[in-house]
Amino acid sequence: MIRYIFKRILYLIPVMFGVIVLVFLMKMVMPGDPVMELLPASATEEEREEMREELGLNDPIYEQFGKYVWGIVTRGDLGTSYKTKQPVMDELLQRFPKTLVIALVSMALNLIVAVPLGILAAVKQYSWVDNVVVLLSIVGASLPSFWLALMMIMLFAVKLGWLPAMYDGTVSGYIMPVIAVSIGCISATVRGIRTNMLETIRQDYVRTARAKGQKESIVIVKHAFRNTLVPVVASIGSGLGMLLGGSLIVETVFAVPGIGKYVTDAVSQRNFPAVQGGVIMLALIYAIINIVVDICYTIVDPRLKTAFITSKKRKRVKQGGEINV
Amino acid sequence: MSKITTPAMEKLYKKKKYNIEGVSSPGKEALKRLMRDRTAVAGLIIIIALLLVGLFAPLIAPYDYQVQDYSAVLQGPSSAHWFGTDGTGRDIFSRCVYGARYSLPIGIMCVAVGLIIGGILGVIAAYFGGKTDNVIMRFIDIIQAIPSTLLCIALVAILGNGVVQLIIAVAAGSIQGMTKSCRAAVLMVKNSEYVSSSKSIGVSNLMIMLRHLVPNAVGIIVINAANSVSESILTISALSYIGIGLTSPTPEWGAILSEGKTYISVAPHTVLFPGLVIAITVLAFNLFGNGLRDALDPRLK
Amino acid sequence: MAAECKNILEVRNLVVHYETDEAVCEAVNDVSFDIGEGEILGLVGETGAGKTTIGLSIMGLLPKPPAHIVSGSIKLNGEEFIDEADDPKSFFDIAGKLKIKKVKKNTEKMFRTIRGKKITMMFQDPMTALNPVHYVGDQIAEVIKIHEKVSAAEAQKRACDMLEIVGIPAERYKEYPHQFSGGMKQRIIIAIALACHPDLIIADEPTTALDVTIQAQVLKMMKELQEKYKTSMIFITHDFGVVAEICSKCAVVYAGEIVEYGTLEHIFNQAQHPYTLGLFGSIPNLEDETDRLKPIAGLMPNPMNLPPYCSFYERCDRKCDECKKKNPQLVEVEPGHFVRCVFAECKGGENSGITGN
Repeated sequence: MIRYIFKRILYLIPVMFGVIVLVFLMKMVMPGDPVMELLPASATEEEREEMREELGLNDPIYEQFGKYVWGIVTRGDLGTSYKTKQPVMDELLQRFPKTLVIALVSMALNLIVAVPLGILAAVKQYSWVDNVVVLLSIVGASLPSFWLALMMIMLFAVKLGWLPAMYDGTVSGYIMPVIAVSIGCISATVRGIRTNMLETIRQDYVRTARAKGQKESIVIVKHAFRNTLVPVVASIGSGLGMLLGGSLIVETVFAVPGIGKYVTDAVSQRNFPAVQGGVIMLALIYAIINIVVDICYTIVDPRLKTAFITSKKRKRVKQGGEINV
Repeated sequence: MSKITTPAMEKLYKKKKYNIEGVSSPGKEALKRLMRDRTAVAGLIIIIALLLVGLFAPLIAPYDYQVQDYSAVLQGPSSAHWFGTDGTGRDIFSRCVYGARYSLPIGIMCVAVGLIIGGILGVIAAYFGGKTDNVIMRFIDIIQAIPSTLLCIALVAILGNGVVQLIIAVAAGSIQGMTKSCRAAVLMVKNSEYVSSSKSIGVSNLMIMLRHLVPNAVGIIVINAANSVSESILTISALSYIGIGLTSPTPEWGAILSEGKTYISVAPHTVLFPGLVIAITVLAFNLFGNGLRDALDPRLK
Repeated sequence: MAAECKNILEVRNLVVHYETDEAVCEAVNDVSFDIGEGEILGLVGETGAGKTTIGLSIMGLLPKPPAHIVSGSIKLNGEEFIDEADDPKSFFDIAGKLKIKKVKKNTEKMFRTIRGKKITMMFQDPMTALNPVHYVGDQIAEVIKIHEKVSAAEAQKRACDMLEIVGIPAERYKEYPHQFSGGMKQRIIIAIALACHPDLIIADEPTTALDVTIQAQVLKMMKELQEKYKTSMIFITHDFGVVAEICSKCAVVYAGEIVEYGTLEHIFNQAQHPYTLGLFGSIPNLEDETDRLKPIAGLMPNPMNLPPYCSFYERCDRKCDECKKKNPQLVEVEPGHFVRCVFAECKGGENSGITGN
């Protein structure tokens, strides 16, 4: 088990390296001169040249790349923001908790809402309950998150005045962003759970459980859903990707000072070190969460779990047992 | 014919649907199932209608989408302006009508591009396996490490605004999903017993590709593509909303919405209607995609 | 022989249909049989003949919809427990609906006390019949916990005992199904079936998915355990060899109907129905000198389109005009031996069907 976790973390290194290369390549093909963005239009050619030298833009590409990677690995240095002249890392770390709170709370909300609805729809297949849940999930998946956010602002902030229209640092300031981010994810999860549940409900072992005289509710939870958990946990990873992506947009609507807002602002300001840093940071968060999900996955699925436990005792028993048949 | 007659059978006789011989080819069966699915048909009708609206936009739109009328700024919905007017007095309905020329075809194009690239990568990875598979999938792992919306934003930031740039960016965001699903589809078929049995009777590789791999993988890929269109349209409008990709004065739905957000407290209709148009379009694709999935894979319904 | 002893289960005129929007599948048509204490009834027939559906209707486990019990009665120890309740026709008949809901709830409750305790069912494929995410021991303990008021520890202990009984070391309690071979899994399923000492076990092709050598072991063990606990059994199979080995009575099922029913001797030595005869003709025999087997020509009719006359007509080599006039009844040609054929009707007279004791 520990070896598996170690392996997964080790695999993170080439993937992150790949991401850094990708992001760096993007900067290379970017048209325009960053120096133009940095200095006022009135700056002289000498001043520009000096700036280029200072930023290391005149160095060969491989040297620039080497310096960039070296900076990240040794100092966690993602470069300096063109806009604020502050280290990108510091700015990201400052904003990081807010994005994480939105993503994790949305994930929790997603599971709390989607799991029961998905099970209910599958158990009552073809009934009106099922139809309503499926229809709602399709509609939910069709709403643009930013539009939903604006509509909520209109209703709950402007008309009713219950919630703050913009993020204000309080708990209530998180409510609307979380809902706007999670609707799409909830819809996808409901449908995923329903489909998987429909599959498991038809399995022989569910029939075996019924044949034992077990209560239907226990059959559904203990036998059917417990098996559905495997794909559900697997889908959490991609769901978090959706949530992180969604929070990029929604943060701008509510002016939540998170990584999403930071990156989108940086994009419109052509502040490329900030964009680069944001992409790398989000990719790292995403990758770490995915590792955690994968580990949960092995716990949920005994076929994987037993593959990682190497106990001599078990092997001996198994050999002894196998002879009997 | 039957041993005994029950009420359920009588009902079937009455409906004249009691027909056990009518089993035709799987494709026809799927089409029949699709056409019987009312929500899927509704989705398809909306999609076709929207495409027609885009095509005949000049005939349908009551006003020029660019003409500003400062005497009629931020007017609410009325018989003259169905969706009201925006901050510079432009007719929002006309802008939405012209918007069908952007989001819809661009969304479909994005999926087509993503499907071609992702499909080729996926099929190559699955068919050749081994090292090729490894290289392609590790590359996909890297792309996948970046949430797709973020990838799109970053790419548009680099490539700049414009239709072609937008298509490239959004397509790139969908490549990883396409590659993975195509690869899985091909692998599933490739490892199935009916392919092994065809091989065992000496059917050529090309024939196997044409007769088994393609028709069986197509179902999965079509379902994926239909659902990707809705995702792409959402992404495109989201990018336009945050001010990259297609920006005003282009009458892209997300851009129209973005312009309206400043007036949200005084003229909510400037946000409401373009958003509804996006939602209905995406809904239509989702309904159609859903029906398609049920029709092609009735087991899952 | 078995006619005198008490009947555990009586099935009378059972008709089960699967109803969908497109067609009605007549899976079980007018099936009647009895099982006495300690008897093993073999249900023999081709794939799709409706054997499993008979088993599932006894368990009350038919998937509804589409399954629908059209008529019939099933009695366990003389107690009626068929569960069919028709939905009210009118959408607005809320009182009727509530009533039906209550009836359904009660029958479901009643079935739950029977399933696993009085009747258990072993399903065909041991590879899929066990839940992959639970310990095998817990899956045995589960059925004990449901039906007997015992502590968790006690249930666990008894599950360990059951494992030992079926020849699996008790220390393998905490292992998952994927760590066992097919034969071992089938043993665990047998342990689940026997855990509460049921009156009746319905075994649905329990050995079909196993290797021949393992098959023999499992069969032997089932027979031993059955004798030990005096359990009655319905043994669903398509293998006459298995029937000959362990059954005491046999019913031949064709297109959802019992075409011949009697003791082993009746079926194996005095078979009368052309289908039964045909089946024997298609089994290789070591004693007789035959060059070729005689398979029955043709296929079983589509259960969605059964003829109103004898279902076997198209394939029968003794068919006559009389056969096409009506569906023959099951008639008693000699005590305890029933045949569903026009020829038997002529011989046996018009008194037909299995009548109650």
